[in-house]
Amino acid sequence: MCLAVPGKVISIRGEDRMNKMAKVDFSGIIKEVNVSFTPEVKEGDYVIVHTGFALSVLDKEEAAKTFRYLKEIGEIE
Amino acid sequence: MKYIDEYRDKSIVSEYSEAINSIVKNDWLIMEICGGQTHSIVKYGIDELLPKKISLAHGPGCPVCVTPVEKIDKAIEIASDAKVIFCSYGDMLRVPGSEKDLLRVKSDGGDVRIIYSPLDALKIASENPDNEVVFFAVGFETTAPSNAMSVFQAKKQNIRNFSVLVSQVLVPPAIQFILSSPLNKIQGFLAAGHVCTVMGYTQYEDISEKYKIPIVVTGFEPADLMQGIYMCVEQLEEGKHKTQNQYSRVVTRDGNNSAQYLMSEVFEVTDMKWRGIGNIPLSGLKLSEKYSEFDAEIKFGLINYNKEESTKCIAGLIMQGLKKPFECSEFAKNCNPEHPLGATMVSSEGACAAFYKYRKRI
Repeated sequence: MCLAVPGKVISIRGEDRMNKMAKVDFSGIIKEVNVSFTPEVKEGDYVIVHTGFALSVLDKEEAAKTFRYLKEIGEIE
Repeated sequence: MKYIDEYRDKSIVSEYSEAINSIVKNDWLIMEICGGQTHSIVKYGIDELLPKKISLAHGPGCPVCVTPVEKIDKAIEIASDAKVIFCSYGDMLRVPGSEKDLLRVKSDGGDVRIIYSPLDALKIASENPDNEVVFFAVGFETTAPSNAMSVFQAKKQNIRNFSVLVSQVLVPPAIQFILSSPLNKIQGFLAAGHVCTVMGYTQYEDISEKYKIPIVVTGFEPADLMQGIYMCVEQLEEGKHKTQNQYSRVVTRDGNNSAQYLMSEVFEVTDMKWRGIGNIPLSGLKLSEKYSEFDAEIKFGLINYNKEESTKCIAGLIMQGLKKPFECSEFAKNCNPEHPLGATMVSSEGACAAFYKYRKRI
């Protein structure tokens, strides 16, 4: 139920702050997504989408941490 | 798909498995809260990659499962009305009410439609002004902002033939309910990544401090789950009890402010009955006074309907981490996904349904 998937923002439109829409690419499938909850979103960003709404803009720096963390554990040990 | 595939890499998962093995000394019981995490854990066999000293308990984080039977009955009553178009997320259709489910209403000729987004229901309402369109607004904090937006837009656009049947639940009160039980055995939690995407995790920091328990906000892919478990085990072995964030590529400490704002505009916190568990104070949401004209329970005169569930189901004990699906005498016998006896077998994210699908050994 709380499934949310990352997709890449292709374009953004809409002046209304509470009804801002974006075209989002999910591995070749393009969907219309409401981005009103992520006003900071830019084209090229990845957003986490749930029930047609972007809930978060993915932080690319932080995304690498899961892999870096393993390396750090290895160094400590 | 980028940001999914790399977190399913087998070598990363097995490196985490070895890392966990190297630090664990004592027996620990950790609960993942979210049904989506339960599904991933059982599907990918994450629990079977862990040392025997670590057990996972599968928490109450499946909104489909915990929606009380009386709410399903209300949905069925409303959907059976000839002038109603009833809109729902797909996974609610097979959830048994006290006599039947929404799928039966549909097969008997009711206009029950599966939608992907609550805004689809609003669109149906504006296109069908002679019908009443009712949306079954089910979910945890993850779904609450989207559901709130449909009501906010209905008021703004003056769409009067739209209303919502609300069954919204909140995670932190459920965690506190589990931890307050004298029977509690849970020693650490993986908090639900997408719930925290919306809400942040300051509420969890308070719970960690109050109950001296480690909580790790965790994502849904195998590498996320393994890292979350590693972080939780590391804290347990070191005697720490902090809230940490494994899912930092998506979750920030304060969460999504715009989403929280709209939730508080449309909803207010209320007591809530959880299927299989019972009443948990201040664990749900209802429409605030300002939006009560969109409350389907008021519109259809169903406010005072109550129904107690009688079943052999032990879902409540499973969702508190006190029993496993295999310990139920009805599991895979009289209870299966086609004929569920209760909460945890009704949705693919329920612990019993996940075990039935991936681990049934009969």
